Amino acid sequence: MGIFDFLKPRAPNSASLAKERLRIIVAQERAQRGAPDYLPTLRRELLEVLRKYVNVDPEAIQVKLSQEGGHELLELSVALPDKPGR
Amino acid sequence: MAEIIVVTSGKGGVGKTTTSASVAVGLARRGKRVVVIDFDVGLRNLDLIMGCERRVVYDFVNVIQGECTLKQALIKDKRLDNLFVLAASQTRDKDALTKEGVEGVLNGLKEMDFEYIVCDSPAGIEKGAFLAMYFADRAVVVVNPEVSSVRDSDRILGLLASKTRHAETGERAVAQHLLLTRYNPERVQRGDMMSIADVQEILGLDVLGVVPESDTVLAGSNAGTPVILDAASHAGQAYDDAVARLLGETVPMRFTDAQKKGFLTRLFGG
Ligand SMILES: Nc1ncnc2c1ncn2[C@@H]1O[C@H](COP(=O)(O)OP(=O)(O)OP(=O)(O)O)[C@@H](O)[C@H]1O
Ligand SMILES: [Mg+2]
Repeated sequence: MGIFDFLKPRAPNSASLAKERLRIIVAQERAQRGAPDYLPTLRRELLEVLRKYVNVDPEAIQVKLSQEGGHELLELSVALPDKPGR
Repeated sequence: MAEIIVVTSGKGGVGKTTTSASVAVGLARRGKRVVVIDFDVGLRNLDLIMGCERRVVYDFVNVIQGECTLKQALIKDKRLDNLFVLAASQTRDKDALTKEGVEGVLNGLKEMDFEYIVCDSPAGIEKGAFLAMYFADRAVVVVNPEVSSVRDSDRILGLLASKTRHAETGERAVAQHLLLTRYNPERVQRGDMMSIADVQEILGLDVLGVVPESDTVLAGSNAGTPVILDAASHAGQAYDDAVARLLGETVPMRFTDAQKKGFLTRLFGG
């Protein structure tokens, strides 16, 4: 730190980056807590099937199991890429 | 009635043993009858931090296997009359600890009129860590302001809420506390370490205490003197504050702000 600090480009704040990444992954892992063990496998297999048609990123698939009015609800959402994959 | 406190974390090397030793000493110094147990079977270390490594004759597994009495295995602290250590076994047998065995020892300790039983958990979420937390009434989750430690802590909080005796009987919840250690206020101020508020927000739990990163911790382990006994150490004083809060006292946080730099230091660096 010194007198000419203000001339340097401001470095990205790594603590806020850490916080943001943790916020997301912790929420995701909490949602999966107590969920059946087959969910990760299901997600993997879905990804393989989808990739036959579109080039999706693993991040783009969300599998969520929730309770709604006494029923178990399996929610699946896929964010498709902007441009067609292949 | 004894209270069982587990010191746990998921991630290794975050300061569980350092914390167990200081919390046990802190409680004992306030007049409580305390025993601290090393659950890290195969990697005994609490004895070194407590400074009683040469007085270990029998260990936790010897008691479970009926090779000695509980009384024979308890090592009396040389500094405090009402503090005892139960060392981990150095066996490589992973199944040496059993649920029934651990329960038997804990019940034995309760009958000996201990007020606090502090359980130093091994890292991970395997059997040793599971058994260290299973019978707990209270948990101190040690966390460093760093991504993997915070994530693992959340995992442990989930296990405390589901894989413990209290959770299984539905009787009551295990009381959960976060203890933030190896905190560096200067780095937080510079924006390259998460702050107390960041960690509290992510984990949704308030901190019981904040222990700064300090060279005195290593000096204490070198000497076999828990850092809480070092009156000049900020880390030691922070542990003492945390113990006070554990006992229900309201104590303001200390050592959590960066040292204010003088005008010249700010101008020319330092
Ligand atoms: N506040 C602190 N400041 C500086 N060093 C620390 C602090 N707390 C712990 N340490 C150091 O971190 C290291 C790990 O501490 P400790 O053995 O207590 O962790 P642990 O969680 O019990 O590890 P393990 O998972 O292997 O059982 C030690 O070298 C210790 O001296
Ligand atoms: Mg340890």
